[in-house]
Amino acid sequence: MRATAGTAGERGAGTPAARRGGLALFVERYGRWLIILPPLLFLVVFFLIPFGFALKISFAEAALRIPPFSDVFSVTPDHRWHLSLSLANYKYLLTDEVYAVSYLYSIRTAFFSTLCCLLIGYPMAYAMARASKATQSILMLVIILPFWTSFLLRVYALEGIIRDQGLLNTALLWLGVIDHPLKIMRTTFAVYLGIVYSYLPFMVLPLYATLEKLDQTLLEAASDLGSRPWQAFLDVTLPLSMPGVIAGSMLVFIPAIGEYVIPALLGGPDNLMIGRVLWDEFFANHDWPVAAAVAVAFLVLLAGPIAIHQHYRVRQLEH
Amino acid sequence: MERRSSPLLLTVLCLGIAFLYLPMVVLVAFSFNASALASVWGGFSTQWYVELVGNRQILGAAALSLEVAALASTGALVLGTLAAIALVRFTRFRGRLLLTGMVNAPLVMPEIITGITQLLLFVSMLQLLGWPSRGMTTIVLAHVAFCTAYVTVTVQSRLASADRSLEEAAMDLGATPFRAFVDVTLPIIAPALVSSWLLSFTLSLDDLVISSFVSGPRSSTLPMVIYSKVKLGVSPDINALASLIITIVGACVLIAGYLVRRAERQQLRDSQLAAG
Repeated sequence: MRATAGTAGERGAGTPAARRGGLALFVERYGRWLIILPPLLFLVVFFLIPFGFALKISFAEAALRIPPFSDVFSVTPDHRWHLSLSLANYKYLLTDEVYAVSYLYSIRTAFFSTLCCLLIGYPMAYAMARASKATQSILMLVIILPFWTSFLLRVYALEGIIRDQGLLNTALLWLGVIDHPLKIMRTTFAVYLGIVYSYLPFMVLPLYATLEKLDQTLLEAASDLGSRPWQAFLDVTLPLSMPGVIAGSMLVFIPAIGEYVIPALLGGPDNLMIGRVLWDEFFANHDWPVAAAVAVAFLVLLAGPIAIHQHYRVRQLEH
Repeated sequence: MERRSSPLLLTVLCLGIAFLYLPMVVLVAFSFNASALASVWGGFSTQWYVELVGNRQILGAAALSLEVAALASTGALVLGTLAAIALVRFTRFRGRLLLTGMVNAPLVMPEIITGITQLLLFVSMLQLLGWPSRGMTTIVLAHVAFCTAYVTVTVQSRLASADRSLEEAAMDLGATPFRAFVDVTLPIIAPALVSSWLLSFTLSLDDLVISSFVSGPRSSTLPMVIYSKVKLGVSPDINALASLIITIVGACVLIAGYLVRRAERQQLRDSQLAAG
């Protein structure tokens, strides 16, 4: 648009806008702000500023009123601004073990389920990229469909399979493989299974996107030079598909750390992930300032992975 | 790359797809089970679907969810398309980096953080400005924020691949930039607009965590009602409801996929015609 504005200026008085004068000229000069500002302002107000409020309220104290926290900024009777910052919430986060333990537990759970997604998703994406063009677009749709289907309902559907009287146990009992039902629900294994099941499409899609663009002649060159297929994979394919590996891993890892529904529905009482702690702090204990402090601390820890994700997204868009 | 895959790779692909689909297929099959016991097949029956029609709580929540989804996806379509145009067409402007960050961050931001921060914004706004009280308005606003990100990303990639020279040709022939965009580029990105509206609609319809935080005491969306029932265990009427939703969403995705594919083929044919 900058280029357009430049040529319009060079054409000078001859342009239709200049002839029509006032309004049209205004639109031509400032028109782009009519496009930029609505989404920019909306997202600043409803996505960015909320983090400011969370930061502010994390310094407040819980109070028995509506909303249930004390004022951080207040005007004293002699018309002066009064600032009362309380670090008590953050001190509480550091002293009560449950927060540190659940942070570490969430990171561990997210890490291993991301790894599982990668180990299952990579061969899937690789096989997809090697299919014929027509099959590829059908497979794309097959992988995208669960991604669009309700997350909650998919977790619920999985529960139907792994329950004590679910399909898996019924089938295994009928086949005589086991004598009594396997206990899968309310275990750590169920949480892993739930995360892998829910997030697998997020891993497969970016991997497929990079593998599909891979230059096949490079592999042929490697094989011409005497490299075995497995060696060529390690030396050529794997390094070149790293952007997809990282993008997919971030798309799984970051939301999985904050997962609430899966540990709440499939996990047992000891699967205390940070999302669950945050939810309980808010809905069960009604301690909004502590919940805000947990959210802020959580976000600080996520800043690194989110920055990596942003970096790769921007790079991907520029290419 | 088009080469034969090893049997091992194909096996993993088939098993992976089976893993993704089996639970849903079983869920739909058992929603027609006459027996209330989820593990015993008691014959074919549509009684749970009939019971669904009489359930006031579920119908009310479904109506609210559909209304929220329609409003949020429409709002997100407008804002997301504008953001995509800004990011693709205006290479340098103040706030570009900020806008890029704000349309990409919601894609990975854990919902629980978005939900709690937006709730704190809404209660603070209510305290300072007297608006908005928690309920449908706040749910719609919160949904527009995260759906905008998905719309922007979808439209952005389509717009970036659209041929700019057609629009320039239209302008050389005397069209205003606005006119040229509407007549030339809009038809090209139309499939992306349709599919991103549908994506926003399903994302909004599906959202549990953010809605739970920002909704008021009397406004429960469908996922919130389903969640409170599911916490108590598997129930046959939820099976029926879930099957219904999965089928509708599946149909929407297939239609959107078909539209995008048809448009891509059309464009390919057009460019081949132009080249030949």
